[in-house]
Amino acid sequence: MAEPVPNPVLRIENLRKNFGGLVVTDGVSLDIKAGELHAVIGPNGAGKTTLINQISGTLEPSAGAIYLNGEDITALPPNKRAELGLARSFQITSVLPRFSALENVALAVQARSGSSYQFIGRADRESALNDAAMEALTEVSLDARADVLAAHLSHGEKRALELAIALAMQPKLLLLDEPMAGTGPEESERLIVVLQKLKGRFAMMLVEHDMNAVFALADRISVLTYGRILASGPPAQVRADPAVMTAYLGEELE
Amino acid sequence: MSLSVTALPRARNYEALPIAIFLVLALAPLAASFGAETYLLGLFTRVMIYGIAALALDFICGYGGLVSFGHAAFVGIGAYTAGIFSAHGITDMAITLPVALIVSALFAWLTGTVCLRTKSVYFIMITLAFGQMIYFVAGSLSPYGGDDGMTLKLRSTLFGFPVLQNDRALYYAVLAFLLVSYLLLRAIVSSRFGRVFRGARDNPTRMATIGYDVFRYQRVAYVIAGCLGGLAGFLLANATEFVSPSFMSWQRSGELIIMVLFGGIGTLHGAIVGAAAFLLLEDMLGGITENWKLIFGPMLVLIVLFARGGLLGLAQSVWERLRRG
Ligand SMILES: Nc1ncnc2c1ncn2[C@@H]1O[C@H](COP(=O)(O)OP(=O)(O)O)[C@@H](O)[C@H]1O
Ligand SMILES: [Mg+2]
Repeated sequence: MAEPVPNPVLRIENLRKNFGGLVVTDGVSLDIKAGELHAVIGPNGAGKTTLINQISGTLEPSAGAIYLNGEDITALPPNKRAELGLARSFQITSVLPRFSALENVALAVQARSGSSYQFIGRADRESALNDAAMEALTEVSLDARADVLAAHLSHGEKRALELAIALAMQPKLLLLDEPMAGTGPEESERLIVVLQKLKGRFAMMLVEHDMNAVFALADRISVLTYGRILASGPPAQVRADPAVMTAYLGEELE
Repeated sequence: MSLSVTALPRARNYEALPIAIFLVLALAPLAASFGAETYLLGLFTRVMIYGIAALALDFICGYGGLVSFGHAAFVGIGAYTAGIFSAHGITDMAITLPVALIVSALFAWLTGTVCLRTKSVYFIMITLAFGQMIYFVAGSLSPYGGDDGMTLKLRSTLFGFPVLQNDRALYYAVLAFLLVSYLLLRAIVSSRFGRVFRGARDNPTRMATIGYDVFRYQRVAYVIAGCLGGLAGFLLANATEFVSPSFMSWQRSGELIIMVLFGGIGTLHGAIVGAAAFLLLEDMLGGITENWKLIFGPMLVLIVLFARGGLLGLAQSVWERLRRG
């Protein structure tokens, strides 16, 4: 198991979640250091999304604790965690369909720039918000589509928008739940390049089935099966772990 | 529901239509002076008052996705505030109007705190329940007429002057309140606050994970809508010189929803058109037959079903079809 690191950005201690009799997170502990990209892999139904939901606060754990930069956030609502620098993307695209791509991102900028209890003055004309939003869109190569309604973006573009929204929050920790799910090979390739560029700027947890992406990006990998961490370590070590080979990776790594 | 409902300046007539609506309302009394003046002034005053209440409902419903089935409660609270003060000989609106707004705001704050914890159908049911609660409370106020309601001795005064006593003065005062309410809500909808509120309708989970306490924003919006409902009630009590629990019956709440759907939800000015269409149709059909509801009901259903954007949406698609030839 992983040896404890000093001052991790994220520390999860013995997290447990059950839905009735079904244990979906079974005593998960892990640390993510500043700038580290920690991949979490595992078969469908292993509990990866459930884990991310608990970290981001959209789901309450049954037991255990979560710390963000040393602060216990286990009981905080999602908006408070976002204020503390936690951003996430969703496995099932979660954007604001009736807003333009730019406004989707501008809302994330707005959340961190002064009060939103302002009742006059058009928000969509605030250039400080729009400029910062445009910057985030440019990072994911979506700037040319800034004025398109999110509902009208392609699937791959929506995935990129998810990422731009998260980036605009200037996170300290970014949780990515299968950012490549459902995208074609070229789009995946492009996302890998984007993530490569972002790597090191903040801590990241990447849940992904695309093994090319995982092995290209991860500093550490944890393998999750049935809600438990089966193995955790640098990519080479996890790749060589016989338990992982039999339990999950199998033919994908031949 | 169309996806572009809240994409702000979408149609070219976005400015022209509201201007036309307010021009018509400003000039209507001149036309009325050729006909049954008292009757027409009274009718249009009611149109504008319900327009204010419908505007407020469109704000939370059309922009925030909060379908309240208890909005008439606020109308009733505003009306009863005016009525109860009047029964005690206090008519000065420098006192009574702020109190009406504060009481409405308090009621919105308290009930909103409960209602906004729930979603969709539960929200509809619980707003209805609070509406019925206040309806029965009003009916039990025996010193103030109980179920029968009571008449007001005097319309509101301002610093002792009977400024609303003249029907025309009342008409223009109501028009001014309608205009201010409309402009206020329009500003709010596109402001920082309004953008958060609209975002919460689209995807509350996403809004929470980017850092917004959705519940608090929705509650503030609910209070704003409640205040405007209270304002409408206050004006209604003055216009009809009468208050009764029927002002806040669930049928009234339902009618407000119909007005919003009727005119075109999520447009604000549509709510005014909807209130006008509803009250004028009710008035006309009521003059033709006693069973006007038999005609009115199916008409409403047809419009709401087939003209998704309400009357405005219908007019717009007809216009576009004509232009394309
Ligand atoms: N709200 C819920 N209620 C009951 N069971 C759930 C709920 N959410 C997830 N599950 C179950 O928990 C397990 C893990 O799901 P999930 O975290 O989505 O897995 P993964 O993301 O690894 O594919 C699955 O068996 C799923 O059916
Ligand atoms: Mg998942």
